[in-house]
Amino acid sequence: MAQVNLRKLVKNYDETPAVRGIDLDIPDKEFVVLVGPSGCGKTTTLRMIAGLEDITDGEVVIGEDVVNDVPPKDRNIAMVFQNYALYPHMTVHENMSFGLRLKKVPKEEINSRVDNAARILGLVDLLNRKPKQLSGGQRQRVAMGRAIVRDPKVFLFDEPLSNLDAKLRVQMRTEIKKIHQKVRTTTVYVTHDQVEAMTLADRVVVMNAGRIEQVGAPNELYHSPKTQFVAGFIGSPAMNMIPCQLEQAANGLSLTLNGSIRFEISPERTSRYKGHVGSRTLLAGLRPEHLIEQRPHLEPGQQAFEAAPEVVEPMGNETLVFFPVNGADVCARVDPGCGARPGAPLKLVADLRHLHLIDSATGRVL
Amino acid sequence: MKGERKRALYWSYFFLILFAVFFLTPPLYMLITSLKSSAEIGAVTNPWWVYNPTLDNYKALLTSESYLTFFRNSAMVSVIVVIVTMLISIPAAFALARMKFWGSTTLATGVFLTYLIPETLLFIPLFKIFAWFNDTFDISLMNHWWVLVIIYPTLTVPFCTWIMIGYFASIPKELDEAALIDGAGYFQMLIKIFIPVALPGIIAATIFAFTVSWADFLYPMAFTTSADQMVLPAGIVTTLIKGDVYAWGQIMGACLLGAMPPLLIYAFLMDYYIAGLTAGATKG
Amino acid sequence: MALPLIALIAALVVYPALYSIHLSMLNKSLEHFVGFDNFKFLFTRETFWMVVKQSCIFAISAVLFKALIGFCVAHFVHNVPAKGQRKWRGMLLIPWVIPPAMSTLGWFWLFDPSYSAFNWLFVRIGLPAVTWLGDPYWARFSVILVNVWYGAPFFLIMYLAALKSVPEQLYEAAAIDGANWWQKIWYITLPMMRNIISITVLFSLIVTFANFDIVRILTAGGPIDQTHVFATWAFLQGIEGGDIALGASVSLFMFPILAIAAIFILRDINRRGNEA
Repeated sequence: MAQVNLRKLVKNYDETPAVRGIDLDIPDKEFVVLVGPSGCGKTTTLRMIAGLEDITDGEVVIGEDVVNDVPPKDRNIAMVFQNYALYPHMTVHENMSFGLRLKKVPKEEINSRVDNAARILGLVDLLNRKPKQLSGGQRQRVAMGRAIVRDPKVFLFDEPLSNLDAKLRVQMRTEIKKIHQKVRTTTVYVTHDQVEAMTLADRVVVMNAGRIEQVGAPNELYHSPKTQFVAGFIGSPAMNMIPCQLEQAANGLSLTLNGSIRFEISPERTSRYKGHVGSRTLLAGLRPEHLIEQRPHLEPGQQAFEAAPEVVEPMGNETLVFFPVNGADVCARVDPGCGARPGAPLKLVADLRHLHLIDSATGRVL
Repeated sequence: MKGERKRALYWSYFFLILFAVFFLTPPLYMLITSLKSSAEIGAVTNPWWVYNPTLDNYKALLTSESYLTFFRNSAMVSVIVVIVTMLISIPAAFALARMKFWGSTTLATGVFLTYLIPETLLFIPLFKIFAWFNDTFDISLMNHWWVLVIIYPTLTVPFCTWIMIGYFASIPKELDEAALIDGAGYFQMLIKIFIPVALPGIIAATIFAFTVSWADFLYPMAFTTSADQMVLPAGIVTTLIKGDVYAWGQIMGACLLGAMPPLLIYAFLMDYYIAGLTAGATKG
Repeated sequence: MALPLIALIAALVVYPALYSIHLSMLNKSLEHFVGFDNFKFLFTRETFWMVVKQSCIFAISAVLFKALIGFCVAHFVHNVPAKGQRKWRGMLLIPWVIPPAMSTLGWFWLFDPSYSAFNWLFVRIGLPAVTWLGDPYWARFSVILVNVWYGAPFFLIMYLAALKSVPEQLYEAAAIDGANWWQKIWYITLPMMRNIISITVLFSLIVTFANFDIVRILTAGGPIDQTHVFATWAFLQGIEGGDIALGASVSLFMFPILAIAAIFILRDINRRGNEA
């Protein structure tokens, strides 16, 4: 159990930068998820923590020590790979005990640790099987068992669920969360799936193009994104980003989306937005769940408008309707019973308490 | 950790250079010798350096009637054997890889097994058989270079068939089915689909067949006795060594020139060459 | 379609092999059937047992060194950055590409009693000159050396390909588990390559055991028959000596050993096919 600190971490492959200076402090016992699109540098960062990649600049600290020049085997870490990386010629028991056998740990202790991990992961009956006799989910659990057995300071996960089918992925996600609650080891987890990030993390680190966009608890990132990238990355279906105009009216600011849709900006935001009146690069960020069907009473913050859906997707518990505004495909989540049909104008409301006004020139949320 | 990898790299280069020296010294020395005059070879000077390089040896070889005959014989034998081998191997591999007829798997294994029966086991009975043929039917089967054309396929066909079975088997069945739907018969499938798709394997097998035919030594030594029928390996060994006087410069030159065709093929088609080697065992 | 193949193999391989058994049971002039007399005769000849011993020593030690060198050098090539690997691989395979008869002549010249370039070097640095081909023990050494020189590149290529098929992540996992370089080789590389190693070793045992070219050219079996192997001795007796029956018997003796090796190879190839 230990904290991990990344200080100004940089990685360049020849001339190409992959990680452009990362500062991150991970306290002991925290489950941190690095999430972002392919090529954002999250796996590279993880591998630098593991010692599998050389560090171009900056420091990695595990516990109290700077580990830049320490080989992986001496960093007291454990890693679960995307492709499991199980030793195919060894049994499950031998796979899990490999690291301990190399350190010449006495046999009784090896067996007790392996049995313990096997019990936590439900592998007790599989200890004598070889990897090729196991299913994908079982193999993944063996990979985790191998990590648990070593009782390391830090767990590192490199997209461990990407190779599993959707249903199994959901199952394993819960397993991982349970294990973390039981074995409270500092964990750094890499994934490109923001749902995984949201469900598993104590804190989420959103990365893009080698830099950290934002760090925070899942809810914080969801409700208070600081950048356009984070706003669009977190949440599914993604937040709507509608090009808009900010105008100064007599009684305050107003947001114009197109000829027929216009919203009043609430007074407490006026000072924040004042400087961007007339800007041509503004986007109105509204999540689909904040665009709903009109109900008998308007809540505070809700403003009504009308739109004709082009596409209607019934999801069972809700219906997604898509309609174009200013060239953007806007998604709204409406009640299945509200009678949404393609082409038929629909009365909707927008909850402007959850508006995120974004300046696409700077990529920041205002 | 960075240092450890650097050290591993330096050690690797060190040993690589060492082994490169080991592997390349003989051919290099052969080249050096071939550029020396007889006088220099006999002299006490540093044998690893050519003081008065001369192309006389090569000139002598390239104008020597017998050497050119050897070369010509080798070329003819090898080319014909390659063609024959391909004509036998490709259909056979196709049949064994695709058409599951009775005994096809045993036959495939059997093919591989025959490759394991070395020429050194077969050369004596073959010698006898051919001699008998010679006497009985008055068809001259001994001491002619085209005897080799008949025998060499035993060296080449099993392995080539084996390689091709591997390549053909790796062609997905969906291609067959698409072709069948498009209206192709078996023969057309072979020509229009299998051969183009398995072309790398075919090239590799061709190279293998050629190289083996070019380099074989035992059969020519056993079956050809007069100089005008010999191929390069046997020819160089038996005729250039006249009694006690070894014309080393010429011998080395002869060897290098004789090694040229395989070396050239290797230089230009190295990947296919290597594919042929590894295909045998890894596609097993 | 497979008929020509079957015909070829039947006529030129199977039949002669069986015929060779028949031949080995005839007398020298091939007129009478003498049963196992030829074999009995061979068993009494001291030379024959020398040939057996020499063939075995030759095959086993040569294959051992070839496999070892091939394995080690494959690692070195694998360690080098990818761009350079091709060049090294290309250079190191050359001994295999040159027809063995011709490269052996080159070695023959390098070993020449009067003009050996090696001896010239040895003398210069103070070591005694070596009678590479004249002394029985050195002659055996030379024959093995040339065979290793010729055959190691084959092992190199095979093992390099096999090395590349071991997933890199296994080594990374092992690094994290705490393995150093030789532990990685022992626990991961070797077990993963077990099949290919046994296939190549058995294969090479067969081929080396039956080798003709190198011994024939370097020593023609001498000195005093100390380097004869089955192939060269059979050639000597059968073709040069005119005693076909005896030659056939000698050749045939290789068969049991080859058959056993072949069985092991087949088993390994099948196992490899199932494991993949």
